[in-house]
Amino acid sequence: MKYIDEFRDGALASRLSSAIEREADGKRAYNLMEFCGGHTHAISRYGIADLLPGNVRMIHGPGCPVCVLPIGRIDSAIDLAARPGLILATYADTMRVPASKGLSLLKAKARGADIRMVYSSADAIRIARENPGREVVFFAIGFETTTPPTAVAIRQAQALGLSNFSVFCNHVLTPAAITNILESPEVRELGTVPLDGFIGPAHVSTVIGSQPYEFFAEEYCKPVVIAGFEPLDVMQSILMLVRQLNEGRAEVENEFTRAVSREGNAKAKALIAEVFELRSSFEWRGLGEVPYSALRIREALRDFDAEVRYGIAYRQVPDNKACECGAILRGVKKPTDCKVFGTVCTPDNPIGSCMVSSEGACAAHYTYGRFKDIPVVAAAS
Amino acid sequence: MCLALPARVIALPTPDAAVIDIDGVRKTVSLELVEGVAPGDYVIVHVGYALARLDADEAQRTLALFASADASALAGPEQPS
Amino acid sequence: MSKVRGGYVRPVDFKHGHVDMSHGGGGRAMAQLIEELFVREFDNAWLRAGNDGASVTVPPGRMVIATDSHVVSPLFFPGGDIGCLSVHGTLNDVAMAGARPLYLAASFVLEEGFPLADLRRIVASMAQAARDAAVPIVTGDTKVVERGKGDGVFITTTGVGVVPDGIDIASDRARPGDAILVSGTLGDHGVAIMSLRENLSFESTITSDTAALHGLVAAMLAAVPRIHCLRDPTRGGLATTLNELATQSGCGMVIRERDLPVKAEVAAACEFLGLDPLYVANEGKLVAIAPMEESEALLAAMRAHPLARDAALIGTVVEDPHHFVQMQTTFGGRRNVDWLTGEQLPRIC
Repeated sequence: MKYIDEFRDGALASRLSSAIEREADGKRAYNLMEFCGGHTHAISRYGIADLLPGNVRMIHGPGCPVCVLPIGRIDSAIDLAARPGLILATYADTMRVPASKGLSLLKAKARGADIRMVYSSADAIRIARENPGREVVFFAIGFETTTPPTAVAIRQAQALGLSNFSVFCNHVLTPAAITNILESPEVRELGTVPLDGFIGPAHVSTVIGSQPYEFFAEEYCKPVVIAGFEPLDVMQSILMLVRQLNEGRAEVENEFTRAVSREGNAKAKALIAEVFELRSSFEWRGLGEVPYSALRIREALRDFDAEVRYGIAYRQVPDNKACECGAILRGVKKPTDCKVFGTVCTPDNPIGSCMVSSEGACAAHYTYGRFKDIPVVAAAS
Repeated sequence: MCLALPARVIALPTPDAAVIDIDGVRKTVSLELVEGVAPGDYVIVHVGYALARLDADEAQRTLALFASADASALAGPEQPS
Repeated sequence: MSKVRGGYVRPVDFKHGHVDMSHGGGGRAMAQLIEELFVREFDNAWLRAGNDGASVTVPPGRMVIATDSHVVSPLFFPGGDIGCLSVHGTLNDVAMAGARPLYLAASFVLEEGFPLADLRRIVASMAQAARDAAVPIVTGDTKVVERGKGDGVFITTTGVGVVPDGIDIASDRARPGDAILVSGTLGDHGVAIMSLRENLSFESTITSDTAALHGLVAAMLAAVPRIHCLRDPTRGGLATTLNELATQSGCGMVIRERDLPVKAEVAAACEFLGLDPLYVANEGKLVAIAPMEESEALLAAMRAHPLARDAALIGTVVEDPHHFVQMQTTFGGRRNVDWLTGEQLPRIC
């Protein structure tokens, strides 16, 4: 696969690994957070941690929109799907998230709710057109990568006069989440959780550009390197962060130059601004209420807002007391620090947000990295 | 973040849609969010939409950067923002 | 099951007819369907005899019985259909025990309203698969359920076979040091099916690999009788099969990503959907575990067979009290290849 396979080359990986090893200062630690769930998944799937020296530590951030979706919002989606005749169209990622009363969208489907997994918001529009007598709700989740496709769908619904189509909007914003992490007490206080730099998300950045991260670099003096999606991109970005830290710089650098510019995608950004506006606050699972971190559909397009149409009232549902996701999402704790990790809480039976999607820190570690936790390592031949 | 892939545009059946191809797998995606895409271009595709055109020159430059990682131990960073 | 007697009986309308409740009622309509469809297509002395069960002779030795229900949707897919799939699946289960398949039985649960044209297509496909495998379908059963209580058609097949002397294949026989081999490219079937799922459709030339493997197994055993384990990685893919064998044998495994055979198109389709080929179903492939010193001979025997041209040596069984299956990634690092969580669903993130 062009532009994919070349960026996964093992020989180049060892070169980058040697370079990082050589340039990392043995006298200090480098605590780097990769914000994006896709990067978390890549790091685990390709075993990147094996190729880093011990003093370069990757901390997994909350960039997984499924993980940070509060239980109460899934409950609302299930309630919508339970309405007679209503079709809920959703990305497959949400199907297994456990909600209240032991339910999930998958279980609700098994009980007869008409829930359809779609690949694209365009499929939801098609379902609405093909079923004019039925209400169709699109369960929209995702960061800024996924928001423009929802905006296009709403615009299309408007142009087509699709009165049976609406969107349950749960889109969230990357910069707000990064601010929240940087503002958390453990990070601000020196000596507790040092967070030295960020690997910025790949595809979110194709939309928002590199410019929004300049604020973090300036205000908090943390370097940011925007990394492409492939494992070599991640390693090159780690090398670039190591260099910035060695040189005492705190700048925004772009490793993903083949797809990211400083301004981003102007057309997509304009469309987002036309269709959505900021919510003053939104609950993130594991992080609590985060100000100006999420979007809702504008007043002018309220006909397509499922929250308005169906009078959805949000009910806050607390996480399990044993769950350490909040600390893990901030990089304060590791999955293995959580008492229920791997025992009660597993990918088959996730208790908290970090285990819910394959990109969550706990799920990624459980699925790909558990062999590292065991003192007796199997002898490889 | 989100799963997105670089794919080659092989046809534009309408101004707003493209048929993309990755190693023989084809799908029709929307071009509503990008401009100036022509057959032969590579685009980043996410949930059925092209989000950005991939700059082939920059891709080559990035690959060259990986390859030079060993050699640039003493040199400073040259990556533009 | 009785022959339809008497004067003229209008033939079953396979072109335009549909299954209805009378076809499962045990009366004339059912007998007619059985005779004009199943007996005619499967075409052997046992079915023509018209008994409820088939009387067969079996050679002496250890017998293997295997059964499988087939609920695949869609019923027709590139490279096959539920009919041939149901024949191959059970033949393969018998073969994975090292046995030579002898006879098959097939039972059908039909949904009221199911088009008879589709049913005939499926049964013809089963008949062809059975003929190609030289294993007759000697007995069967038909039931009809009301509309809405089935998915068109469910097929259950049962097979019996005999294990040659000196063959001892079981899931708990993998030993540290053994070689792990696969017979060909991974993920073809699952991706072929996915490409037809509503809302996920993409165009590709990927076809299901559904095939009967007993001929291949016979060739493998002729070259290397000391094979320890055989299993076909169907639902849950190679990863699930390796984890099962590791757990049952009480050991671990290490495989090499660069040695896994995967078609470029399958890899691309998996990327699109966020799937891992290791977990995608195969219907015409097998995993073999054998002593390492026999691996070269085994690989040669496999590659000489038309169904295993892409066979590969992919890893080694190791000592591991935790029974982990680990993989050396092409990238240079290591990762677990864990059990599948739930059902593999496509993802956008």
